[in-house]
Amino acid sequence: MQGIVDAFQPLYDLWLSFEAFMVGPASPGLLGYWIVIGLMMTGFYIVIAHDNLVKKIVGLNVFQVSVFLFYILMAKVSGGTAPILAEGISVYSNPLPHVLILTAIVVGVATTALGLALVVRIRNAYNTIEDDEILAVEEEEDR
Amino acid sequence: MTAFYAFFLSLPYAAAIEPHLPVLQIVIPLLCAPICVLLRHPRLSWMWATAIIWIAFFIALVLLGKVLASGLIIYEIGNWPAPWGIEYRIDAANAVVLVIVTAIGAITLPYAKTSVEKEIPEPRIYLFYLMYMLCLTGLLGITTTADAFNLFVFLEISSLSSYVLISLGGNRRALTASYRYLIMGTLGATFYIIGVGMMYMMTGSLNMADLQTLLPAVDHTRTVLAAFAFVVVGLGLKLAMFPLHTWLPNAYAFAPSAVSVFIASTATKVAVYALLRVVFTVFGHTGLFETTGIDLILIILGIVGMFAGAFVAIFQTDVKRMLAYSSVSQVGYMVLGMGLATAAGLTGTIVHLFNHAVMKGAAFMAIGAVFYVIGSVKLQDLAGIGKRMPVTTAVFLVAGLSLIGTPLTVGFISKWQLVQAALDHGFWWIAAAILFSSLLAIVYVWRVVEVAYLKAPPEGAVRREAPMFMLVPMVILAGATVWFGIDGDTTLRIAGEAANALIGSVPGGKP
Repeated sequence: MQGIVDAFQPLYDLWLSFEAFMVGPASPGLLGYWIVIGLMMTGFYIVIAHDNLVKKIVGLNVFQVSVFLFYILMAKVSGGTAPILAEGISVYSNPLPHVLILTAIVVGVATTALGLALVVRIRNAYNTIEDDEILAVEEEEDR
Repeated sequence: MTAFYAFFLSLPYAAAIEPHLPVLQIVIPLLCAPICVLLRHPRLSWMWATAIIWIAFFIALVLLGKVLASGLIIYEIGNWPAPWGIEYRIDAANAVVLVIVTAIGAITLPYAKTSVEKEIPEPRIYLFYLMYMLCLTGLLGITTTADAFNLFVFLEISSLSSYVLISLGGNRRALTASYRYLIMGTLGATFYIIGVGMMYMMTGSLNMADLQTLLPAVDHTRTVLAAFAFVVVGLGLKLAMFPLHTWLPNAYAFAPSAVSVFIASTATKVAVYALLRVVFTVFGHTGLFETTGIDLILIILGIVGMFAGAFVAIFQTDVKRMLAYSSVSQVGYMVLGMGLATAAGLTGTIVHLFNHAVMKGAAFMAIGAVFYVIGSVKLQDLAGIGKRMPVTTAVFLVAGLSLIGTPLTVGFISKWQLVQAALDHGFWWIAAAILFSSLLAIVYVWRVVEVAYLKAPPEGAVRREAPMFMLVPMVILAGATVWFGIDGDTTLRIAGEAANALIGSVPGGKP
């Protein structure tokens, strides 16, 4: 058993140095921001790269959710609890970004609903939800 | 304007209402919009929207009068002092934009009544007025607020309602245009809140005036640099700055006529204002605008946009889309003035906000009236329209001359101001670029004028003008195009004060 573990030791060392790079020596907690950036770029890429209109909306959602996470992360105070007024709590997360992002979540829901409603209408009008097919139809019309 | 303010104060109860005008400006249309859903009846909801939006216009005029008389107005919502509470601040710059937005909103309504009855199925007409009022609310909110996050909320109110307004267009392509605008607009708005979040991380504040004093201490950090980039790109998407303009042409071309008029004359203007506010108020003390070279980038993008928009407009056979590309070109002039970053350049930008709203409103109204009568906006169907609809075509001609920048029209005033601002800098090549891009405008306007006046109307075509409800608003806007083109002093003076309000707070800001 130990042999197998030892065999993976270099990989584990690599992971440790990766973590050290992500987190940074003096500032713990940067990992969260890396996740935010990763999600953000994933969502952005889906919006740009996919032709399916519903997938574009999903990508847009991932993109927006990464921003929600970004706000939640910046509110975190290390060692702090949830911002609830109670006996014996003196260190707590900043509640303001939480509130801001509640608003942004509502906006995101409204945008998704409207986007999907438009996709339904587009499906009825064009009989497809693939962007490249719609563009081909529209180019035909322009000619 | 100040006389108008004095008149308002003489009204009964004015003293009690007057301190709350900044918030009433937004709350009245916001709370009154849903009542359209209860009214349901097309004509009743139209009357309701007209009453409310004219009230909003009245309030905007009073606010402009008050600002010109006594300077900055600060309103603390719920009496919570800034930076904890949300603050509304009105200075000359946003008072001007408030007047532009409400004036266009008010004057489009009679036009919208006739045009909407033809273009939107009757059971959905009340929804049009609901969305129209919500869109106006969002635009007014963006203009009034002095809180960076509050601006995002209003940005989304106006954007979401404008997606719906655009999708009401009769052609199925209105749906795809609206969808693409939704994707791009949401990306832009999300970029904006990423930037705001980064600013909040570094300063702990969302209040614009507070950010202005707090940001210089941290302006060397990469976070603030990234925040600046995100905010500029996000708002650049909303204002259709070249090359982020791709959502605009189809959105304007396939929206219902009244929506094209309203959105083309207001939405991009408000986004330009928001960018001005962020660059010159929020980041005004950091000097990042110059040190990062964004001023030069804006000048270059502005010039490329001026040419690209006008060049593509030449090849359009759909006149509405031609006007939409012309908007891309005109936004280029505004971005150019912003990039110059002097009081003269900003005066050019702000005066062009007003001038472009008036002339593009008139042009879209004229082409919408043509669509109302002959059911097409394709160039080949407009043959001889000058004889069939003389008044409408004359309005289009005046607006077109103004788009070119002919003397005695408003287009000349703003281009002249921009040329002067560029020459103050010693940038003679910018002045040359403005002149050459005007030549391109001559070509696309001439294409329409040639077909309208020089080609014979088709056999059996009768002379038939658009209804009065459409004619009067467009003649008023065309009249304004000429009036403020001859008497440019009033608008230039107010725009100058607005530019000073934006740039005056910058230490070492160039006069």
